[in-house]
Formats: sequence, structure tokens, C-alpha cells
Amino acid sequence: MELSKEKLLWMYKKMVQIRQFELKTDELYKKNMIWGTYHLYVGEEATAVGACAALEPTDYITSTHRGHGHTIAKGADLKRMMAELLGKETGYCKGRGGSMHIADISTGHLGANGIVAGGIPIATGAALASKLREDGKVTLCFFGDGAANTGTFNESLNMAGIWKLPVVYFCENNQYAMSAPVNKFTAVKNIADRAASYNMPGVIVDGNDVLEVYKAVKEAVDRARKGEGPTLIEAKTYRWFGHSKSDPRVYRTREEEEEWKKKDPIKRFAEKLLSEGVATEEELKKIDEEVVKEIEEAYQFAVESPEPKVEDLAKYVYAEEGE
Amino acid sequence: MAEKLYIEALAEAIKEEFERDPNVFMMGEDIGIYGGAFGVTKGMYPKYKDKLIETPISEASIVGAGVGAALVGMRPIVEIMFSDFMMDAMEWIVNQAAKLRYMTGGQLKVPLVIRSPMGSGTGAAAQHSQSLPAMFAHIPGLKVVMPATPYDVKGLFKAAVRDDNPVIFFEHKLLYWTKGEVPEGDYIVPIGKADVKREGKDITIIAGSITVIRSLEAAEKLKGEGIDVEVIDIRSLSPLDTETIVNSVIKTGKVLIVEDDNKSYGWGAEVLSRIVESDAFDYLDYPIQRLGGKDVPIPYNPKLEGAAVPQVEDIIETVKAIFGKE
Ligand SMILES: Cc1ncc(C[n+]2csc(CCOP(=O)(O)OP(=O)(O)O)c2C)c(N)n1
Ligand SMILES: [Mg+2]
Repeated sequence: MELSKEKLLWMYKKMVQIRQFELKTDELYKKNMIWGTYHLYVGEEATAVGACAALEPTDYITSTHRGHGHTIAKGADLKRMMAELLGKETGYCKGRGGSMHIADISTGHLGANGIVAGGIPIATGAALASKLREDGKVTLCFFGDGAANTGTFNESLNMAGIWKLPVVYFCENNQYAMSAPVNKFTAVKNIADRAASYNMPGVIVDGNDVLEVYKAVKEAVDRARKGEGPTLIEAKTYRWFGHSKSDPRVYRTREEEEEWKKKDPIKRFAEKLLSEGVATEEELKKIDEEVVKEIEEAYQFAVESPEPKVEDLAKYVYAEEGE
Repeated sequence: MAEKLYIEALAEAIKEEFERDPNVFMMGEDIGIYGGAFGVTKGMYPKYKDKLIETPISEASIVGAGVGAALVGMRPIVEIMFSDFMMDAMEWIVNQAAKLRYMTGGQLKVPLVIRSPMGSGTGAAAQHSQSLPAMFAHIPGLKVVMPATPYDVKGLFKAAVRDDNPVIFFEHKLLYWTKGEVPEGDYIVPIGKADVKREGKDITIIAGSITVIRSLEAAEKLKGEGIDVEVIDIRSLSPLDTETIVNSVIKTGKVLIVEDDNKSYGWGAEVLSRIVESDAFDYLDYPIQRLGGKDVPIPYNPKLEGAAVPQVEDIIETVKAIFGKE
């Protein structure tokens, strides 16, 4: 592997952080501590981590309603994320946004989105700005298979295609948009096939293989940074749990879920790290334990944090001059 | 009469309209085996699978295709999963559905129903919680209704499906699990008629959708203060039943308007102006009061979220203040 051990272990740790963060989120919801809805990312950890590993800290991402994984992979603070889920003033959105709206401008994260495909034109615009300002930044746009069927997907990818924008459109095809199976709701077999319409490369990757994701995104990011234009990447993966907090999953079988769970991206990566002698079991175990501690600390921070004040309800509606 | 949930009454109306007219069908996301995000079509699949057209996530084209099917004689019902997502379809609502009749000199008609849940109170934050009926009521060519009770939702839904115009049909999410009496079988609640939900002589509260329920609760509590509140359920924003409102105001001389939408440029301002422009003006013995949502996007934190729209306590306090009671 050409990546340094440090980077590989960073990738492993990020994936474990995402998994543990999501399991904690689910636990807190079941304890009635999370008020709104949330969309768990379990099973898709390799896509966010592989993609963000190929970005510079100053590059931008746009995220989706299923955004915790992207946010963690881009480098956000677990404490402030957890505080946001609990609606606290110390959260990324000061308790105003919740799970679906976490943004972290300090790590180039332009925001999760409650609107499916909401981030696609926004990513296009951020990339246009980079082109106009020649700032050398690349924008990576996360979106789902469902989002690929919106009108703005077509409009945005065409614009990026004609203007050769420094953007990577990264589709996380987790096989379903809520209850809608991708093969019944998308006229082409692969979403990446659509790239031909926009005169950009279309690449399909195994979304449960973090290194394969990394390689494909790295190539696309390098192209974009050199001014060679956008790429559409489709990562095939699977969400293990329901679409959102209450979903009995009547639209798919438990057998299908079990098949995908066998392809657990974290387990696969751990096995690879061990078999190739990159890390020892003790090293991985130590990381796992560190993460458990970090999640616990994030939780404590969130619980102990104050709520926003009702008097401040109208704060942040408008930007104040000089802010 | 049987007691039913709002959501059951609505489902009943949908199924009865499916049975009544072969041209009626429904389009939307996840409305098949999943039963819709709020479960309105739960259990309709597979019996009505030919009537339930499941779509990709394509709000603009869902509504646009609804307009097209309506033009050629179908009576489509479009479900938009959250009314916030209607913003993606505004072109086909505002520039197409609302105007095709007029622009073509009466040749075309668009018998389309767009039904959609609205409102806060579920922790879904700013892009899944808005109440925007006033925005649509501003557009000539659209009819806008927002039933508050199980009885009204069934009757108004049938009226909407049978109407030859585009009707925007708003269902406040917190109403789905409320109960009320619903007759078996076919009946219509006409679009454009307000309803006196509670008679009283001291003050008229004019409310719509969820605020009707909150106003009725407030009215019960205000009885203990010796204030006899009349509650008018506006039911339909467009067309607006000025007559029922004016008659009530002439009787009581005092008005509080309670809307769930944010207050600025809200429908309450229109109601207020209709009162002021009418004969009722001379009967007013106190300035008309309005309670509406705060002019903010709906926040996530539950305390902030609750404070963003008028609650029962706010209504009680405002009425007491009108009567000089603190
Ligand atoms: C414009 C819009 N339409 C519908 C929804 C409701 N909704 C939220 S997520 C979702 C499915 C999205 O599927 P996909 O893009 O594949 O992402 P995934 O949930 O699978 O990660 C739907 C229909 C929405 N939030 N926004
Ligand atoms: Mg999906």
C-alpha cells in the first residue's frame, strides 16, 4: 500500500468513530434524548472516509440528510456534533439545526441538507467560486442514489461539464431511497453511466472498500485541481439500518441485509491492515478503545451543555454587519 | 357516528374517491408498500396498487406530470411528502397549474389536488416544518384549504378531488393522530366555507388548521375566566369566507386571529383587512389582535421550536389581556 501507516490508521479510526457515533445516536434516541429525526450511516463508513481522505483540509464538501459520516470524516469535533443532536447551545448549529443541518465551516463542510439534492447545485457553485478565484480548492459533493433523479442533478452536472469545474460528484448508492429500490427508480443500470451526458468520466467503485474509494476519489480530485474538470463517482454500498428513526424496512428482506453485513467495510479494512502487516491486533484494539472513550466524552459534553435561550429565538436569522 | 383519527378519515376519503371515479389516482414518493412518510396510504397497497403511482424523488416533475394528466382529463392527487418540498415544484404550481385556465381563455382546466403535511412540533427543523399556506393563497387560480378535524378532512378532500381547479390541501402533522366523529360514506364539505367550531358571545377567535384545536382548548379554559369565546375555523384560505367572519365580529366586537404560519404577510393580515373593510368595522370595540408564528425558520431545539408558533397558553394570555385580566 502506498499510503503511510499513519494515514491508514487515521482512516481506520475515522470509520470506527462514525460507527460508534451512530450507535450512540441510536441509543440516545431510544432513551428519548434525541428530539427530531436522524439518518444513520452504519454500513457506509468506507465511502465518507475514503472520499475525505483524498481531500485537503481546505477543500469543501457538501453533505446530505445522512451526513454524520461525512462530517466526522471531514474532521468535525464529535463533542459539538453530539451537542447538536441534543439541541444544545454548544452544538455546531447552536441547537437550531439538529442532525440534518450540521455544518462546520472550519473544516470546509458547507452543510448537511434536509432537502434531497439540495447540496448538488451548492457544490457546483462552490466549485465555480474556486475556478473564478483560482484558489486551487476542490469541492466534493456527497449525494444519494435517490438524489440522482432530481432535476437539479442534470442542471448542475451539465454546468460543471461545460465550465470544467473543480468538483467531484460522489454518489453513495446504498441501493434505496427511503423505500425505493434504485433499480426500479433509476432508468439506467448505473448512475455513473449518466456521466456520458455531461462529458465527464463516470467511475464505479466498491463503496465498502475504503482504499478503492480513496483511489478513485484521489484521481478525480487531482484531475479537478489541475483544471481538467469534474468527475462522477458512484460508490455501491448499503445502509444497514432503517431510512430514519422509525422504519420497519418492509420493502427489503432480512436475508439481503445479512448478505451486505458480511461485507462490513470496517471488518474488511481491519482484516486487510492485519493481513498486510500494517497494524497489529493490539494497535487496532487500542484505537477501538480510544474511540469508545471519545464518544463517551462527546456524550458527557453534550449532556452537560446548556440549551439555547428562548429569548435568543430570532438570533442568526440575518447576518449582522461585521459578523 | 364513529370516532376516527384524522389520518383514517383522510385515507377513507382517498379510497372512496379511488372507487368512485376511475380517473382519480395518486402520485408521490414512498406511497406504496411503505405507506407514505406519515402513513396516510398505509395498507392501501397492494389492493390499490394501480392507483398508487410511486415516483422517484422529482417533485418538480411529479407536480408537472400531475398538471399534464389533469389537462387531459384525469384527476390526479399528488402527495408531496413534506410541504417544504413543494418549493421544488413551484414552477408547475404557480406558473402552470394556477394560470393555464386563464391564459388559454378557459379552454384548459387543471383538476389537480396537491396534498401535503405541514407544520412544526416534530423536531424536524427548518426544512421540514414550515406552514406556508398563505404563500399559495396569494396566487390567483389556486384554491387553498387546511382542514382541522377528521370530519372536515374527509369532506374537504372529496370536494378538492371533484373541484375542476388546482387545490392545495394542507394537513398539519400534529392533526394526523387527533380524533373526531366521521360519518360513513360519501359527504362533501364545500371549499370556501368557514365553520363556527364553537359559539360564544364575547370575542371571535379566527383560526385555521392546528390553531383551531389550540383555540378550542384555550376557549374551554377561558370559560373559567368568564370569557365566552367564539371559534371560527377558516378551513379554506382561498376562496375566503368573509361573510361568516363578518357576522361573528358584528356579534362579538372583538377579534383575535391565530395563525401557525409566521406572522409577517400571513393570512391573518388578509382576514384583518377584510374585517376592517366590512360593516363589522363599526362594531369593533377593541383593536384586532393577531397571534402568529415568529418570523424565524423553525428551530430544532424543542423549547425554541415550541416558542416559534402560538401555543394554547399564548392564546389564553392574549385573550385575557384583551379583557384586561392578567
Ligand atoms: C426534495 C425532497 N424530497 C423528498 C425528501 C424526503 N426524503 C428524505 S431522504 C429521502 C431518500 C433519499 O434517498 P437517497 O438520495 O438515496 O439517500 P439515502 O437516504 O439513501 O442516503 C427522501 C425521499 C426530501 N428530504 N427532500
Ligand atoms: Mg440511497
